[in-house]
Amino acid sequence: MRVFEERRNVKTKRLWKERIFFTVNRLSALIIVLALGGIVTFIAKNGLSALSWDFLTLPPTDSMTKGGIMPAILGTLYLTIGSMIVAMPVGVIAAVYLSEYARQGRLLRLIRVGIHCLAGVPSVVFGLFGLALFVVFFGFGSSILSGSLTLGVLVLPSIIAATEEALRAVPQTVREASLALGVSKWETTLRVVLPAAAPGILTALILGIGRSAGETAPIMFTAAAFFSAKLPGSIFDEVMALPYHIYVLATAGTHIEQTRPIQYGTALVLLMLVLGVNLAAILLRSSIRRKKTW
Amino acid sequence: MVNREAIIRLENVYFFYERFCALAGVSMDFGANRITALIGPSGCGKSTLLRLLNRMNDLIDGTRVEGRVFFEEQDIYAADADPVEIRRRIGMVFQKPNPFPKTIYKNLVYAPKLVGISKKSELDDLVESSLRQAALWEEVKDILHRSAMTLSGGQQQRLCIARALAMKPDVILMDEPTSALDPISTAKIEELMDELKKRYTIIIVTHNMQQAARISDKTAFFYLGRMIEYTDTSRIFTNPSEKQTEDYITGRFG
Repeated sequence: MRVFEERRNVKTKRLWKERIFFTVNRLSALIIVLALGGIVTFIAKNGLSALSWDFLTLPPTDSMTKGGIMPAILGTLYLTIGSMIVAMPVGVIAAVYLSEYARQGRLLRLIRVGIHCLAGVPSVVFGLFGLALFVVFFGFGSSILSGSLTLGVLVLPSIIAATEEALRAVPQTVREASLALGVSKWETTLRVVLPAAAPGILTALILGIGRSAGETAPIMFTAAAFFSAKLPGSIFDEVMALPYHIYVLATAGTHIEQTRPIQYGTALVLLMLVLGVNLAAILLRSSIRRKKTW
Repeated sequence: MVNREAIIRLENVYFFYERFCALAGVSMDFGANRITALIGPSGCGKSTLLRLLNRMNDLIDGTRVEGRVFFEEQDIYAADADPVEIRRRIGMVFQKPNPFPKTIYKNLVYAPKLVGISKKSELDDLVESSLRQAALWEEVKDILHRSAMTLSGGQQQRLCIARALAMKPDVILMDEPTSALDPISTAKIEELMDELKKRYTIIIVTHNMQQAARISDKTAFFYLGRMIEYTDTSRIFTNPSEKQTEDYITGRFG
């Protein structure tokens, strides 16, 4: 068999192209890793000195120049959990409707575009929306409830979009296998499609949690307290929250320079909280994924 | 002219995907406890016809059926017909083995449990009898709680047959059940079908004409959405009455 002989200059060119392409790829990857590593080390270097058991377990004292950030940690946990209680069921059910039940067509495409657009709306807009609807109109005031609802609405579009993506990635043959046995569509969705999409749905929720825990603008008007000496007694109370605490200390306080270590310490705690949640969810996801292959 | 032993009967059936007509005026009977093969070139409508019989085409938006399809003299496209009920009585095996990513045992009890069989002993019996009928019991009886995904392709397909049998259907539809399998697995499944027809009615779509000739009692040839010829398998392969049938089975087109 005679093999086509590549002309020499063509070959050199091909090799060069490949080399350039790989170098660009490697550089892009490197930049991302460096940027991420840089941010984390910077915050860790500046914040580590502030970390201590007291920092994590005591409320702030001396006009927030000393003491800990326990109320803010707790507040962020409440708000994040609250927002997930709002967004998870609604998001997953909406995605199931869009992917499994709605008739595929122009209207559905329009709804999908709308959801993707909503996911890109700046968070401060959601903050104002939450202020108008939950705080004022429903009269929930500035509270955990208002904040959770606002954060829930904020993360809802991305949860719907990602969950729908996960559901649509489940092969049609799996649905058919169940339906052909005389299993109803509802049972098929619940027992076959949703479990198969679980890793993807979990990813959507993780991203939602990360976003929800880190947002400042939406809770500024709806939930966050500048300072509160007591812990919230109900969902109708205001709370302190980590991102807002950082914002306050870094911009609105009277001792901005003095509290730098606390600011970085708070940022570090927030970062570790989000990374911790992500890590746990990633481990959970990979253990689910190992069992499901087709 | 009603064939007394016909279990499924089609009367002048048309099928549309949007405006495309995939089946045009098909009328035919499927005899009980027989294997009927549907053959024809790709896109001739044979798979559409098969999926019409257990209303799997309902899943595709924009499809429409005209004419009447009777299963045991009941119109399965009547307004009050329940597709879920129909699919319990008319099982289906697909081209690619599609077991659930669960254990072998759970694959088999999944649907029976949902119709209310809950006693452990009853389920165990059902698993054993289904696997025995699908000639898989000896191979998997010790690994029932292992993932079905660890089985070979041929075993997976027999598991899918067993899964369909566990619902105790009357009819089994097979959509090219061996096209993704090696010759040995194919032979096993063909042998199995011969055994199964004593208790079930089998309708099979196949691209493999030798397979149709080997296993089926009757064969229908489809071309461009029309049923060209439908008669005893021995006859269609030796002495077809239509020129198009002859051209197809002798390999002149398709």
